[in-house]
Order: sequence, then C-alpha cells, then structure tokens
Amino acid sequence: MSKEGVIYRISGPVVTATGMSAAMYNIVRVGNEGLMGEVIELHGDKAVIQVYEDTSGIRPGEPVVNTGETLSVALGPGLLTEIYDGIQRPLATLEKVMGSFISRGVDADGINMEKKWAFEATVSAGDEVTSGQVIGTVQETDTIVHKVMLKPGVSGVVKSAKSGEFNVTETVCTLEDGTEVQMMQKWPVRTPRPYKQKYAPDTPLITGMRILDFLFPLAKGGAAGIPGPFGSGKTVTQQSLAKYSDAQIVVYIGCGERGNEMTEVLDEFPHLIDPNTGQPLMNRTVMIANTSNMPVAAREASVYTGITIAEYFRDMGYDVALMADSTSRWAEAMREISSRLEEMPGEEGYPAYLSSRLAEFYERAGRVETMDGGDGSVTVIGAVSPAGGDISEPVSQGTLRIVKVFWGLDARLARQRHFPAINWLGSYSLYPQSLNQWFRDNIAQDFPEIRTEISGLLQVEAELQEIVQLVGSDALPTDQQLTLEVARMIREYFLQQNAFHEVDAYSGIEQQYKMAKAILTFRDAATKAMAAGGLLEDVVNVQARTDLMRGRFEEGYLGKIDALTEAMVSEIADTAEEN
Amino acid sequence: MTGKEYRTITDVKGPLVFLNKTEPVAFGEIVELRMEDGTLKNGQVLDTSDELVVVQVFEGTAGVNLNTGVKFMGDVFKLPVSRGLIGRILDGAGRPRDGGPDVVPDAHHDIIGAAINPYSRASPHDFIQTGVSAIDCCTTLVRGQKLPIFSASGLPHNDIALQIARQAKLTDSDEEFIVVFCAMGITAEEYNFFRSDLERTGALENAVLFVNLADDPAVERLITPRLALTAAEYLAFELDYHVLVIYTDMTNYCDSLRQIGAAREEVPGRRGYPGYMYTDLAMLYERAGLIKGKKGSITQFPILTMPGDDITHPIPDLSGYITEGQIVISRELHQAGIYPPINVLPSLSRLMGGCIGEKTTREDHKSVSDQMYAAYAQGRELRGLVAIVGEDALNERDKQLLVFSGLFEDKFLRQSRDEERTIDETLDLCWDLLQTISTKYLVRLDQKWIDKYHPVDKKE
Repeated sequence: MSKEGVIYRISGPVVTATGMSAAMYNIVRVGNEGLMGEVIELHGDKAVIQVYEDTSGIRPGEPVVNTGETLSVALGPGLLTEIYDGIQRPLATLEKVMGSFISRGVDADGINMEKKWAFEATVSAGDEVTSGQVIGTVQETDTIVHKVMLKPGVSGVVKSAKSGEFNVTETVCTLEDGTEVQMMQKWPVRTPRPYKQKYAPDTPLITGMRILDFLFPLAKGGAAGIPGPFGSGKTVTQQSLAKYSDAQIVVYIGCGERGNEMTEVLDEFPHLIDPNTGQPLMNRTVMIANTSNMPVAAREASVYTGITIAEYFRDMGYDVALMADSTSRWAEAMREISSRLEEMPGEEGYPAYLSSRLAEFYERAGRVETMDGGDGSVTVIGAVSPAGGDISEPVSQGTLRIVKVFWGLDARLARQRHFPAINWLGSYSLYPQSLNQWFRDNIAQDFPEIRTEISGLLQVEAELQEIVQLVGSDALPTDQQLTLEVARMIREYFLQQNAFHEVDAYSGIEQQYKMAKAILTFRDAATKAMAAGGLLEDVVNVQARTDLMRGRFEEGYLGKIDALTEAMVSEIADTAEEN
Repeated sequence: MTGKEYRTITDVKGPLVFLNKTEPVAFGEIVELRMEDGTLKNGQVLDTSDELVVVQVFEGTAGVNLNTGVKFMGDVFKLPVSRGLIGRILDGAGRPRDGGPDVVPDAHHDIIGAAINPYSRASPHDFIQTGVSAIDCCTTLVRGQKLPIFSASGLPHNDIALQIARQAKLTDSDEEFIVVFCAMGITAEEYNFFRSDLERTGALENAVLFVNLADDPAVERLITPRLALTAAEYLAFELDYHVLVIYTDMTNYCDSLRQIGAAREEVPGRRGYPGYMYTDLAMLYERAGLIKGKKGSITQFPILTMPGDDITHPIPDLSGYITEGQIVISRELHQAGIYPPINVLPSLSRLMGGCIGEKTTREDHKSVSDQMYAAYAQGRELRGLVAIVGEDALNERDKQLLVFSGLFEDKFLRQSRDEERTIDETLDLCWDLLQTISTKYLVRLDQKWIDKYHPVDKKE
C-alpha cells in the first residue's frame, strides 16, 4: 500500500496518476508544487484526479501523494465574516501569502487556528451527551452565538468540560471513554450532515421584496430557482436577498461569476446594516467567491463547501439562507470535467448525472429537527443562467423539477427597467397553502384573499392587453380601462422596487399588505366615483394618488399609508361631485 | 533538456501534432518545430502523458511531416515585457511587425495570467466620460470595467470603438489612457482603418498593437489576446498606466477555439463550440479591473459580431454572462441613418449604479436615465400598436410617449463622429426631451429633481 504515486498524464485540470492506492474522492497533492486535487475516477492502477489549481508546467513523472482524506471543510468559530475560495481557503490569507494574483500550491486553514475564543461550557461532568449535542457556546460575532456541538457519531458521558479561552484545536471537553472534543470539527463536503427528521415548512422567509413575499413566497427550509438571461437582474436579486432576508445566517456563494461583482459585495456588506438586527450584515455572513477565471474544479467544489457550512449553522438551530450565483456555472464545471474524462455526454454535453447532482444539492435544503433537538433550516436560492435565456435547457429544467418556487426573470421587463424583472405571469410558488396560516395569524386575516385578488387583476390585465393590442385602449369600456389603470398601479407602485434606493429597497411584510390594500381601495373608490358620474380621467389623475405612490420612497411610509389612502379616497369622491 | 530534438511524430491532424516517446513534457510547454527546409514553427503542449504528447501548432501544420524535428523549450509561453512595448506594433505571436528591433525585456510574463484575488480587487467607481450621450447617460462606462460592443457585420462598431478611445476621459483628472489594441482575424482594411485613426490622433505613440489578420494563422489567434492582456497587465499594475484594451473580433477568436476543439475530437457544446468556452472567455474578460494599492487600471472594450444578428448565439451569450454589461448596435437604427446606432434597450452597464450620482456625474443622473429608458421602451412598443390601429386610437399619455421615442432617436442618440458632449450637456438634453411628456406620467423621477431640473418648472 503505497501512498505516493507518479503522474502519468495531464490534460488541463484532469491529471492521471499511477502507483497510488487511492479511494474515490481522496484528496491528493499533485506534482512537485503539491497542488490540491481530488480522485474522481479509478481505472485499475490509474487514478483520475481533478486538480483545483492551474496545471501548466506540471510534467509526467512528478509525484502524487495521497492524503487519504476526503474533501472536507473546517467547521468552528471563525467562519462568520470570512471570505473563502471554492475549497475554503480564506482569500485574505491567500493575499498575504501570494499577493494580488492567485498563484498555486498554497495551503491555508479554513478557520483561524490561533485565535482564542471565550468558550462557555453548557455540559458538566457526569452528563450524558449524544451525537450532535451542543456542549458549549462562543459569542462569535455581536449577534451570533456559535454553538459548539459534538461531531455526529460521537457520544458518551462527560468526564470534564471547562469554560475559558481556547483556540479551536484545544480540547474543551473530555468524555469518559477518553475522547477529546475540540471546538473545530471537519466534515466531508459531499456528505449531508445528519438530522433527526425533516419538517414541513410553515414559516415564510421574509425578503423585503414585495413581489417575492407577497405573490410568490418562499418558506424557510424551501428551495427556489431564479433563472434569467444575462442582464435581467439575477445577481441584484440574489444580493438583495442576502442583504434583507430575515435568515439568521447567510451563506453567499459566488460560483463562477464576475470578479468585480464579488468585490462590490465585499466592499458593500461590511457597511450595510441588517434591518432585522441593526448589526452590520457581515456579522451573519459567510462568503465564497470563486470567480469565473479561478480554477474550474474548485468551482465545482464551491457549492458543496457552501452548503456544508450552511448545514453546520442549521444544526445549531439557526435559520440559514444560502444563495448560489450561479448554479449554471457549477453545472458547466461538471460538464468541463466530464468532457475531459471523455464520459458519454447527455443533453447539450452535460453529464448524464447532472440532474441527480442538482437534486442532491437542493435536497440538502429543509427545515429539520437537529441532532440536538432544536429547530433549524437551510433555505436554498439558486440562480440559473440559461443559455440564450431559454429555460428549456438542462440546468433550468433539472432545477425546476426540484424546487417549489420559481422566480422567472424576464429580459423584456428588464429592458423596460421594470425591476425586479420577475415575470408575474410565469413565476410560481407552491408554498402559499402551507404559509397561509402564518400570514393570517401574523399579518392579517384576509391576507391570502388580498393576494388572490391582486394576482387575479394581473391575469385580467394580460387578457385585456391582448385586446388593446388590436383595438387600442380607448375602444374598451371605462370599467375595463379602470382595470388596466389598477393593474398599472400594481406594476408601477407595488411590483417595481428599486434595489438601490435606501428606503424602497426593503418593504416590511406589513407595509406590503397595506400597499396592496391601498390599491384595492383605489379600485373600489374609483368604481364608486365613476358610478356616481366621475370621469375616468379625473379619477385616475387625482394628486393624492400620486402622493400615495411617490410616498414609498420616503422614510416612515408604513405609518403614513392609512392617511394617504384616506386622502385619496376623499379626493376621488370629490371628482364625482364636480360633474 | 531543451537541447534534444525528437523525430517521433506519429500523426498530424489539422493544427495538431501527435508524437510519442519523449522525455516528460510539461503541460502547456512551448514547442519549436523544425521543418525539413529549416523553417521554424511554434506550438504548445495540450495533452501530455508517458506515451503520447499532443502539440497545437500556431502557424498551422503545412509542411509538417514525420521527419519534422520537435524541440521542447522547457517553459510555458511568456511575453517579454518592458516600457519599450509602448508605441510598438507586434504580430499575433508577439514578434515585431513594424520592422523595429525586438523588445528589450525587463521581465518575461506568463501569458495565461493568474486570476486576481477577488479580495484584492478595488471596486471600479471612476466615471469615464465618452462624450457619446447614449453611453454616458444610459450605459455609463467605468474605469476597470469590461464592456463589450455587440455588433454584427456591416455596422459601424469600429467607428464607435475609435470614437470612445479618442474621447474617453475622466471628468476630474487629466490622466490619459494607453490603448492596447488586439486584432484577431480582422481584414487588412479594418486594421489600416484602426491604425491610421490612431496615427492621425497621435494615439499610436501611446499604444501597443498586437495584430493577427484574417490571413494569419487561425490558431495563433488563441494566444494574441493573451499577449495583449499580459502587456496590459504589465503596463497597468507595474507601470501604473490606465490601459484601455480594445480587441476585435471575439467571434474569430471563438471560431479558432472551436477549430482546435474539433481537431481534438472533443465533445462539442452548443453550435459546436467547446463546453469550456465560458471558462476560456472568462480567463480573458476577467483580466480587467483595479487592484487595491495599485494606481493603474485595465478597462476592456471587446468587439464581437453576432452571427446572424442573433444575441442568443453562444458567443454573445457567454460573453454577456461574463462582462459587466454590453453595448448593442442595432441594424434597424443604422439603416434609419442614425449614428451611433446604439440600441439602449438591451444595452446595459452593470457598474453604472455605483459610479453615477452627485459626486461623480450629477445627482439626477440615475432618475433621468431610468425615465429615459422606460419612456423610450414604452414608446417603441407603441409603434407596433400604431401600425395596426392608427395614432388616433392612442390615449394622451401614449401619444406623448410615441413622440418622445422619435425624438429620443433623432436628438439624443444621433450625434456626429467627432461630437463630444459633456455629461451635463447630455443630461440637460434629456430634460429637454422629457418635456414632451407631462410630468404626471414621469413616475421614475423624484419630485425634487422635477422641481430642480425640469425646464418648464424652471421658467415659472
């Protein structure tokens, strides 16, 4: 059993080695520089390795060392606020070692091994502890308490547990059988972390984006797909979700995307305040940035690295939201490696296992009873970048088969500067049924009915628009013209939302409800006024309605809506009297 | 080991040479091939194992036979760099094309280029005024951005690129751009057009040209942009210049990529282009940007022609997913006699949000640009309706929008090839045109901007 082999062949990121007794998914060090790679195929004595770094200049005959480990992430205090590449190397550390450009052959610990944390033990000698149980806490950032858990599979009776200042590799707890427990644990990224059972989701993830929360809500523990052509606002939507959603922990994976965009996130997040806690957003965020020009195999791994970190925080009982931008780049990384392996391709050159890999990934979302008995969730939101904007391609289709929420971005809306450019006719959410009770209990009894009415109006508008295309809007009866006006109000006042406007970027769910109600109030008041002889043109052009609509850009709008609506109703009523 | 010359070629196929039984050859290593008549060709290792080595020959394999000598140079492809590059014209493989001597190198840089650590990047935020209203107002260019021009054959993309290169400046500093120009498979005529324009304006002395023309070897095109970007990186991050890289035509580059993929019998992706084209293009486009603590910058202007004017073709499609926006040239506007025929609706600048506003351009810029866009988009859509039902069937708002969309093209888009509008002139022009629409329909504009800038309100 030799651990060291030699390189036989190099073809881009795929290296074949011989003479090494490797197992599938073993991590190996390739060549004189010790580049990190992973065994992905075995043929007799030959092991096929995908290498996470550039392979130029490597020669056949150079050594390959098998570490015997599988690709794992280091989990423990120090994850939050960190920015990683696809294989959990902190980018700040890489900068210190290699400068502004990423060279290769550098290894870096996923979390700081030296830093001392104030560990507070929550178990004491004689306690029986089980797999995954919380044994102590660390205040990791101002808002987040990091719960130190036993690694799944470890259990016994506590011999000693001590509070105090420790780094992540020092023993904080000893069990009767001699097992020593440190704050850090390693977990293989391709294996989902265990939980007791999965629950049905019943709480919405509030994102502050009106079209999402109100029309197409996503549940905590659910999975959503956002497909859209380039320029339709996928990344802006993902970033808004990372900023404003009411998850306690956010894991943001920039998978094969633009470097400057990641920089924008890195620059912006430390200065942004979480509307739910008033603390800097960075305190609850873990970021993974593997840009499009970084090695393709590390891009393939980045998605697994991210979801494993998300599951780890879920196991502490937190609601975690994971954004992956973009899963298409991840799929392309699979395609690229698959084609180097000369595998038989499936649709559009993607490997035949594409859809099962997608399903496995999204299945790691969910609301669960944790090993510790708590309640935690991972919500996954994956952006999809379909070629040519055509969602009949394999990645979109593979995603849509699994996710229950589909937020379809539309290039035509983006071109009209209707943002978020989510198509309200084509998108869907399968969660309203399970979330309606929550909305009734927490916001308003008639919340689901208001939603139905708003989406119904949008449907009617779409039908009327077809007629308008043929005969012009003036040829419609006035009540239908009013319906068009109401629908326009829904679109321009409610659905459109400026992600870059300091006030408009976030609407609380209560405000959303009131805005929707105000639209219906307008419709009712207008119908009444017109029945009493008011003219459509006058009704539509009352100044109070413009005030109501423009008001959403001002601070404290929630408190003003009722008064603004009232003013609008009385001004509309006046139009009837004038005639 | 560089001394040995092998004569072990077994197969030659398209641009690829296969040979066996060599010493261990590095992946990506540079290769020299000696023909029987003594001429030399260069190549690079694409695949290497104990038994078989695959070499891609840049100059094509004409004249290669089983007796051709193959020498491995022991190193990957590097570009000699120095300040002496400025003002030079080089060929697609980096050799002098202007009759001058070889560049005396200060260093040799690997042309593949390492990825910039996202953590080390600085956010691009300096507004570049191009003097072209459609770009400055609607798809603002930012220093450190990669903003391609999506064009098609027969459209004046070269004029636009040159106009931008000529007029691009920062509003608050007089630092100039150095132009790195990279030609891939363009015609001699197009090349002369670029060169004479750069010569006429004196920009040539401050430019580096890498030229691979239509009759030069197609495979060489795969390294030409890498040479250009390596030179650009050296000028920007070691010599502190602000570099504007113009490369044309990306479509030819991608076709060369497809050619190599086919010769290697790879599984093709969409339309026969290789599955790794996204990554390959990203390795070029992502070499734009700024780095914390360094003065220079790289701004990229790739030009690509969309086959069949199809924006969903893999080349524009994959490019659009990597670049920070795009400027789309429209045949319809061109045929209507409008220059620059930029269709602002599918055009976009992703970095615009962070760079416009009070401190850099003007406080009302964002609102105005959104309003211009929205009104023009609606006006354009109404044209289809008018064709069916006639103008009389429109309501008052729609009539105004229709008039506006005509003025937008005629007054706002249209400008001459040497007309340079300041950002203030451009925005004032916008307000001027927006007068055609009643303020109550201008829902994208904050009331405070209407109060401050709307010409009618100002007069009162």
